[in-house]
Amino acid sequence: MVNVNTTAKTTVDMTKVKPYGDTMNDGMIQMSFTLPVPAGEEANEAAKVLAKKMGLDEPGVVYSKDLGIGYTYFVVYGKCQHTVDYTAIKVPKVEGDVMDRLECEKYIEENIKRNVIIVGACTGTDAHTVGIDAIINMKGFHGHFGLERYKGIEAHNLGSQVPNEELVAKAIELNADAILVSQIVTQKDVHIKNLTELVELMEAEGVRKKIILCCGGPRISHELAQELGYDAGFGPHTYAEHVASFILTEIVKRQK
Amino acid sequence: MKSKLNLDPKVIDSARSAAAAIAADMQKFIDRHTTVSTERTIVRLLGIDGVDDVETPLPNVVVDAIKDGGGLSRGAAYWIGNAMVQTGSTPQEIAEKVSAGELDLMKLPAASAKQAEERLLPVVKDVLEKIRVQRKKREEYLATIGEGKQPYLYVIVATGNIYEDIVQAKAAARQGADIIAVIRTTAQSLLDYVPYGATTEGFGGTYATQENFRLMRKALDEVGEEVGRYIRLCNYSSGMCMPEIAAMGAMERLDVMLNDALYGILFRDINMQRTLVDQFFSRVIIGYCGIIFNSGEDNYLTTADAYEEAHTVLASQLINEQFAVLAKIPEEQMGLGHAFEMDPDMENGFLYELAQAIMAREIFPKAPLKYMPPTKFMTGNIFKGHIQDALFNLIAVWSGQSLQLLGMLTEAIHTPHLHDRMLSIENASYIFNNARALGDEVEFKENGIIQKRAQSVLYEADKLLHNIKKEGLFSTIEHGKFGGVKRARDGGKGLAGVCAKDEQYFNPFIPLMLGGEK
Repeated sequence: MVNVNTTAKTTVDMTKVKPYGDTMNDGMIQMSFTLPVPAGEEANEAAKVLAKKMGLDEPGVVYSKDLGIGYTYFVVYGKCQHTVDYTAIKVPKVEGDVMDRLECEKYIEENIKRNVIIVGACTGTDAHTVGIDAIINMKGFHGHFGLERYKGIEAHNLGSQVPNEELVAKAIELNADAILVSQIVTQKDVHIKNLTELVELMEAEGVRKKIILCCGGPRISHELAQELGYDAGFGPHTYAEHVASFILTEIVKRQK
Repeated sequence: MKSKLNLDPKVIDSARSAAAAIAADMQKFIDRHTTVSTERTIVRLLGIDGVDDVETPLPNVVVDAIKDGGGLSRGAAYWIGNAMVQTGSTPQEIAEKVSAGELDLMKLPAASAKQAEERLLPVVKDVLEKIRVQRKKREEYLATIGEGKQPYLYVIVATGNIYEDIVQAKAAARQGADIIAVIRTTAQSLLDYVPYGATTEGFGGTYATQENFRLMRKALDEVGEEVGRYIRLCNYSSGMCMPEIAAMGAMERLDVMLNDALYGILFRDINMQRTLVDQFFSRVIIGYCGIIFNSGEDNYLTTADAYEEAHTVLASQLINEQFAVLAKIPEEQMGLGHAFEMDPDMENGFLYELAQAIMAREIFPKAPLKYMPPTKFMTGNIFKGHIQDALFNLIAVWSGQSLQLLGMLTEAIHTPHLHDRMLSIENASYIFNNARALGDEVEFKENGIIQKRAQSVLYEADKLLHNIKKEGLFSTIEHGKFGGVKRARDGGKGLAGVCAKDEQYFNPFIPLMLGGEK
């Protein structure tokens, strides 16, 4: 019989997951990279050898191009030999349900019964406000209104390149419930140093436990945030309602 | 040329004359004031360079000494000229003596302003000649090895290490780039001094220093000769040291400099009085040495909505144009900025972007417009990002943009990798070549979406400019009309460096640069 393995090929074994191209378990991976070697057959061979070392069977260099300084760019396909046990995966996430803006407003009215004060900034040398603006500013991002729009939330966007000292001082002055820090520039891990410094500063001022501390940015995960001593971390595709839902439920949790 | 957008020339004239009134009104304030950075620029041009034993640049040492001695309102040119009269030393020798504590500029006998100015004149003429030689060198290159076709392919390098930047820049030039911009390290705009020497450590970019400029210029001349195309170099005449960096750029033959009358105020929270005074001298220098300036209107659209706030871009372009006119910058050097930043989910967004790009071209027919790529709605989906960049490139060639800052498919992920730049150059070269004459072939439906869009943006810009004219520019910024950012007249960084001029103040460069032979 020819079709003996049909079932094995079309059902997923969640303990042994492999990449999918067009057939179950074909392991197909596409990638592109540059090697600092001159273009030519030797370069293509080098790319294939590298792909094999990365665990790819039958690597194929489908495209290569001379980058002009003795370097070569490759597009490579190969079949991944490794598998992943999906059932054993655990990812720390910001817990709790996400409420939309109106639900958040109702939640404040029913459970908090006062204005919630949130201070946000893009700190250190980072001048990119696109993240903090998307979360705080009235307009929000992509049809999701920002925190300024939320009834019951008083949001302060301090803007870019705010020193950690100034952010903490402002949060204390306003008696803030939460601080939001945005970090976009992550070259040479400058964001880690900056985020760590903020936690240390808040601890030194004795306000770390009083204020809910969140960070966000394209390279931020909840796991990283928790490692650094934050209450929550928000990565890409976060909108104001995600942040608001977390802060509001956290306030109520802490009241108890 | 007949307007393809059926724009009313009367509305354009009305908007432009309102912008001229706004700039002229501001110029009265500018003419009465100077700043520490403007004075440091004068001493740099007089040949003062180097650092003291704690790495403080000598221009800062000298100007701080003048400021602390209460002499800033007379201007550094007077004090250096006077010291030359009294001591017979050169400006550099004077700076070194001030730094060593051997000379107090305030305690020398005082010559008249006229005597001081006369004494300076040979030094001033000498540096102007050096700048003229650089200008000639550029013209010579353009006449011999030539240049790429417009839109020029403009790419950035940003490794933090000038020597690594050179490797990347040369690769980009060989792949087809026409302009290399060296992005500055994060927060350099807020330093109240210009670092010294070659640098290898920066975050998100590389320090702008005169030595880094010189190294990159040399590398680009070499690769330009090799590929048979003059490769232009771009850096930032912005931030707290706006005019100083313009002077460095003039001396080291930069070709393009980011320079905006309002950007530092809005996006770096630099005091508005400081920036507006500084932009004037920086633009006089830029005009004189043949640099194309790039204004930063594209940035408004990273904070404000690109559809709703399009008219603020046009209004700001007209204001930037009029400030440039006051600094005698020819239209051919006015790289006014705008951007392709609408939400890709917007129905007919491409049509609106096209309308605005053609509108900018029609309103500023000779200006080398700088067109900025999508950044705000780049997601990390590099495949879609590459298509967004393709649409942006199509509009650029169609509407005849001049300086095309190439979008990177990896925008929002990292500063460009070597092959990201290759892919974006390939994308633009393909589309520019494939659709080269599209703009000449296509006209637009009367009263269609495209015509109406351009007309309404122009109408709104005209209205805004008349409001600003009535209210004044300072007050307009205080109310957050640009980019949705509010700034206070006495707020922000650098106000302490602004000072009213006294009766005998002079800046020997301004009359010669504005009126002199180029």
